[in-house]
Amino acid sequence: MAKKLMKGNEALGEAAIAAGALNYFAYPITPQSEVAEYLCWRLPQVGGNFVQAESEVAVGNMLFGAAATGKRIFTTSSSPGISLMQEAISYMAGAHLPVVLINIMRGGPGLGGILPAQSDYFQAVKGGGHGDYRLVVLAPASVQEAVDLMIESFDIAERYLTPVMIIGDGMIGQMMESVEFPKKYRQQNDPSKSDWALTGAKGRSARVVKSLFLDGKKLEDNCLKLEAKYVEIRKNEVKYELYKVSNKNKVLITAYGTMARICQTAIDELEEEKISVGLMRPISLYPFPEKEMFKEANKPNILAILDIEMSTGQMVEDVERVTKSIKPIEFFGHTGGIVPTPEEVKDKVYEMLKKFKKDKKKS
Amino acid sequence: MATQKEVVFAGFGGQGVMTAGQLLAYTAMEEGKQVIWIPSYGPEMRGGTANCTVVVSDNRIGSPVINTPQSACIFNRPSLDRFGATIKKGGLLLINSSLIDITSERDDITEVLVPCNDIASKVGSARVANMVMLAAYVAATDIVSFKTLKKMLTEKLGSRKKELLEINYKAFDEGRKLGKKIADKG
Amino acid sequence: MSSNPNTIFKRPESLSDNITHYCPGCTHGVIHRLVAESLDELGLRERAVGVAPVGCSVLIYNYFNCDFMEAAHGRAPALATGFKRTRPDMIVFTYQGDGDLASIGMGEIVHAANRGEKFTTIFVNNAIYGMTGGQKAPTTMPLQKTSTSPAGRDVTKAGFPIRMAELLATLKTPSFIARGAVHTPMHIVQTKKLIKKAFRLQNENKCFSLVEVLSTCPTNWGIDPNGSLQWVTDNMQPYYPLGVYKDPEKKNGEES
Ligand SMILES: Cc1ncc(C[n+]2csc(CCOP(=O)(O)OP(=O)(O)O)c2C)c(N)n1
Ligand code: SF4
Repeated sequence: MAKKLMKGNEALGEAAIAAGALNYFAYPITPQSEVAEYLCWRLPQVGGNFVQAESEVAVGNMLFGAAATGKRIFTTSSSPGISLMQEAISYMAGAHLPVVLINIMRGGPGLGGILPAQSDYFQAVKGGGHGDYRLVVLAPASVQEAVDLMIESFDIAERYLTPVMIIGDGMIGQMMESVEFPKKYRQQNDPSKSDWALTGAKGRSARVVKSLFLDGKKLEDNCLKLEAKYVEIRKNEVKYELYKVSNKNKVLITAYGTMARICQTAIDELEEEKISVGLMRPISLYPFPEKEMFKEANKPNILAILDIEMSTGQMVEDVERVTKSIKPIEFFGHTGGIVPTPEEVKDKVYEMLKKFKKDKKKS
Repeated sequence: MATQKEVVFAGFGGQGVMTAGQLLAYTAMEEGKQVIWIPSYGPEMRGGTANCTVVVSDNRIGSPVINTPQSACIFNRPSLDRFGATIKKGGLLLINSSLIDITSERDDITEVLVPCNDIASKVGSARVANMVMLAAYVAATDIVSFKTLKKMLTEKLGSRKKELLEINYKAFDEGRKLGKKIADKG
Repeated sequence: MSSNPNTIFKRPESLSDNITHYCPGCTHGVIHRLVAESLDELGLRERAVGVAPVGCSVLIYNYFNCDFMEAAHGRAPALATGFKRTRPDMIVFTYQGDGDLASIGMGEIVHAANRGEKFTTIFVNNAIYGMTGGQKAPTTMPLQKTSTSPAGRDVTKAGFPIRMAELLATLKTPSFIARGAVHTPMHIVQTKKLIKKAFRLQNENKCFSLVEVLSTCPTNWGIDPNGSLQWVTDNMQPYYPLGVYKDPEKKNGEES
């Protein structure tokens, strides 16, 4: 297919269709209502199904029900809506169901605002619902990457029988960029050969999709089964991008999503001033690129790490965890819809270079 | 860096600022460039103003948020108040002088008055004011070619709406004349 | 308060003098005024606490001159329950749109009404989601076009519009349930009476009270303000009959 100029929200909808996911449940919320407004006419064209639910609590549980069929299913929402889905997410994780959820984040807590933010990192990565479970969490930085990850996320969800969440700030949903979709769209999958989906107990023993295990040992077994999947996921599904990373870097910036692009602009401008800064952009927030980030942080020339987010500091806790504080870590961020500018990033780098050079002399 | 061009379109909802920005973005993409179109979607839209930013580049585009754009096409007074001071030094400001009777009072940018609504009414429809502005901007900056611009417009409007197309073409011609003067001077 | 004997019309004390953000021709503002006049006339302002919904009227606290709190989408009746049970001496009201009350908040409103919580709900039915840009609501009319039903509401998939007043009136617990409208001066006067009665009943500690008000959304209906008023007459009123559906002061079956 030729390149198309598309709004992130609409492109996400089209990407799901390309992945053969034709069953979509959602409730309107800014800044991602365009996904439903697109799919409400687009899905019927390809024989798909869209239900505008009465609430996100219902959306989550419609997904739960739909996922048990073994077909590809998904939803899109924004922060307050995702909070309401936590119940079902926890149940689906516990019941080993594949599902794809998109969070086009806006500022919180509470009703917050509708402008872009990255303040749901903890909710997504650390488990917003109850119980011992994890989500695979992916964070695109462009509309094309959102499309590619959307398509891949269905494969990941099916490979590990787990919910996958894509998080993007409001800009990913609202901006238009050129995108390409696969030439060949996938057919809707046929779960009749599945060994877990509920397809009717004809010629086989009956199946139950559930998360209740009253016996402590059995519940622990289920949690260990989940954990075993997460070990595999941590081994196989790490994704990240390095930008202008070299042995000359004085500072390593860590940032994800749109924020990372803003940092790239700052890095380009700093390069013109002969200040060498590299960027490590986690694409998978869970699994987090642990070893990879440690390796970059450990390079001898790096004086310090600078984590930048559109929040008051969430991913920075993982950066601290995985770099084991081998280098000083500074944080800079804005939230509430205020987006850190390349100028602010540069100023922070200048400040750090001064500070850490001085510190070096002292020691 | 020099290959990146940024422009803000800002005005009342209904003045076609979003459409003008999108047409520019489609055209730039058609010419093989990297492009981003990003709208304002904040609560300020309730106040009736709308704006979008278009970034066009030969290389991968970094930040989609442009706080100090090189150029701005301003359709109403509140937008001038908001964006007038943000334009980069040496940048370009096009003001819809049909509706705005003041200027930015900056001497470090090129400022051009484009009576968009007057010209639009003259060529046949007040609704093409946005196209007058877009053409003036394109002619002043050479950001895309008029050939592709016309092609994309025709594609978007559909060739069945012949009359409307003609009016849009005329709007382009008039805007282009104004824009060209700036380009020749600069 | 002005004591000028020539004053025949003034802003109710319960309204602030902030300019509202509503679109031209939107009738949210008219309904605000009816609530404020009722609070004024019953002398309730200083004891009143409003609960704002999530919807176009989320900023209602800027326009009222009484205490207010802001709920999550649809949850206002739960907040009102919590508040009123803890401070039964105060006057509590929720102000909710149709998405807020009849969709995501369906559970909360039904159970609050069924428990007979002694607060008042003003339910603004404009047959659409205003704030988020015109998506289909549970109250959207059959075949009405919205951004998530571009071909019109398909009742075979989305069901028929929910008549909230009628639905709540089926509950056995005593309550005051009525439906009014504000598209003509006559309807405004009638609806004012309903709203005032709802607050009076709360003040007398009688029952739960809810007044549904048919309202307009010219912006998302894509109809000019006058045409929108006409649209209420032509399309909404026949489907959503006006009147009192349940009244603790009338015996069952008695006409009101
Ligand atoms: C949990 C949650 N889901 C969705 C939203 C987005 N949202 C805000 S207002 C609204 C509906 C508004 O419609 P309505 O209640 O009919 O009020 P109106 O704006 O028409 O007055 C929605 C869906 C939200 N704020 N929170
Ligand atoms: S969008 Fe509709 S309900 Fe909201 S203020 Fe405008 S007219 Fe009123």
